[in-house]
Amino acid sequence: MTYDTARHFADSLGLVVMAILFLGLVAWPFRKGARRRNEEAAHMIFKEDDHG
Amino acid sequence: MDGLVMKAGGWLVLALLALGMAAVAVDTPFAVHMCIVAIACLAALWFTISRANYDGIARGIPKTSANPSMYDDDPVRWGVIATLFWGVAGMAAGLYVALQLAFPALNLGLEYTTFGRLRPLHTSAVIFAFGGNALIATSFYVVQRTCRARLAFPALARFVFWGYQLFIVLAATGYLMGVTEGKEYAEPEWYVDLWLTIVWVSYLAVFVGTIVKRTEPHIYVANWFYLSFILTVAMLHLVNNLSMPASLFGSKSYSAFAGVQDALTQWWYGHNAVGFFLTAGFLAMMYYFVPKQAERPVYSYRLSIIHFWSLIFLYIWAGPHHLHYTALPDWAQTLGMVFSVMLWMPSWGGMINGLMTLNGAWDKIRTDPIIRMMVMALAFYGMSTFEGPMMSIKWVNSMSHYTDWTIGHVHSGALGWNGMITFACVYYLAPRLWSRPRLYSLRMVNWHFWLATVGIVFYAASMWVAGIMQGLMWREYGSDGYLVYSFAESVAAMHPMYLIRATGGLLYLAGFIIMIVNVWATLARKVRDELPMTETPYNAAADRPLVPAE
Repeated sequence: MTYDTARHFADSLGLVVMAILFLGLVAWPFRKGARRRNEEAAHMIFKEDDHG
Repeated sequence: MDGLVMKAGGWLVLALLALGMAAVAVDTPFAVHMCIVAIACLAALWFTISRANYDGIARGIPKTSANPSMYDDDPVRWGVIATLFWGVAGMAAGLYVALQLAFPALNLGLEYTTFGRLRPLHTSAVIFAFGGNALIATSFYVVQRTCRARLAFPALARFVFWGYQLFIVLAATGYLMGVTEGKEYAEPEWYVDLWLTIVWVSYLAVFVGTIVKRTEPHIYVANWFYLSFILTVAMLHLVNNLSMPASLFGSKSYSAFAGVQDALTQWWYGHNAVGFFLTAGFLAMMYYFVPKQAERPVYSYRLSIIHFWSLIFLYIWAGPHHLHYTALPDWAQTLGMVFSVMLWMPSWGGMINGLMTLNGAWDKIRTDPIIRMMVMALAFYGMSTFEGPMMSIKWVNSMSHYTDWTIGHVHSGALGWNGMITFACVYYLAPRLWSRPRLYSLRMVNWHFWLATVGIVFYAASMWVAGIMQGLMWREYGSDGYLVYSFAESVAAMHPMYLIRATGGLLYLAGFIIMIVNVWATLARKVRDELPMTETPYNAAADRPLVPAE
């Protein structure tokens, strides 16, 4: 792979895949049912005893 | 018994191997380093022999495994102590190099104590020794609590701690002897890099192993940040340090890259060391310790996930902003600038998430000096992640680059964000790790807070003035088209600013020493007899019913 092909891959398919991946990951916590899971995860750290 | 003999013999063989390497070394620093390695192996040998349970071995009792109902906190305790030890060394070195800039005589006329050798000692000591030990210690603490599982591979976890200390000693002594690759924040030579790679892969194994054996279904967001920090630093370290040693028995190597490619690789590494070592790793601390100390869940768990992925996707492209107006292609410079500016948003999202965790408990800023430190850390995180994107804009950078404004920016992040959050975590951990009822003194935490804060203000403010003054003096043209100032004139103009900066550093170091005394006394089971931080106001005279006048 030459520098030129790498560079054209980066600003075409590479860019599109990265953008879609990013948007998908950011959208993930907004999916249906995520609110309860997020709530649980946020409170999870209070279940333990520190002195264990 | 066989196991013990094998282990002790192994250490001895390694020590002899290192001594052999020292004997055939082609330069003195390499020989010195191999002697240090041999000493480390002999120390491990002595430890193996002296700590072995001979009585148990004689009676044929199998090794008792540690109590599974307790978290494995020994490496965390060592890490906290190492954080304090290297912190004082690194900060004292920083104060010394600051004074060297103001008083060049302090170079002492010795090659070992010149600014050029002590400066990497300072940066590595505070970033990798102080910050790194804090990251390793807190990550081992947090991953166990949030996975509700003991550390995986306990022996490997101990190796990670001691191996990392050996890395620090080799790096630091190397700088003093002039052993350097000349790469910012990646100065150690090839053999030290290889050693760190082994330690770091072990660290990854312990961390991931613990996550794999977790009993909690969800992986708490702090672990996401820790894991991204460990993985990315591994990748950065491997690529940036690709080099060919001149001799297998010597301390000199040559980079696999040359020219602008080398520069870009270096700053791809350098900026992501800031992004993943000093930001993602310390954000992991923030996402666990701020909610714990505030006793409230993080403001928005959803925002924390967005914060995470935005940092991951944006930070990695920001490095070229260190190479504005250089041989780097213009489009790459602009790319670096655009991504740096975009980083502002997730950074502030994270800051807001941390600060708003206190929503409904803002009074804790008044009553709890540890919370106060955390809030100040987040405030500085916000300030430096605003300042950074602004400085990455080419138009600003054309003036700020190569000036002391950059130094001021780095220190508002390092002292304000990394330092403050680390102090808060150590104050949080000390009583818990050593099972003490509370810290020796909360008022001393308050003193530490104010000394550190005022120190940073002195530091950052003087460096803003110094940097802008430098930048303007360097670019000042007279009507005849010549530069108005010589370089030496700009240096002379810096002197008062350097003195103010050193004062700020002294205050910051003084606060840190108060912290060491406080933690030391806490460990020694002392409790200071002191007034509480806030008194509940009570006015007996006013506490009466109103009697109607007759």
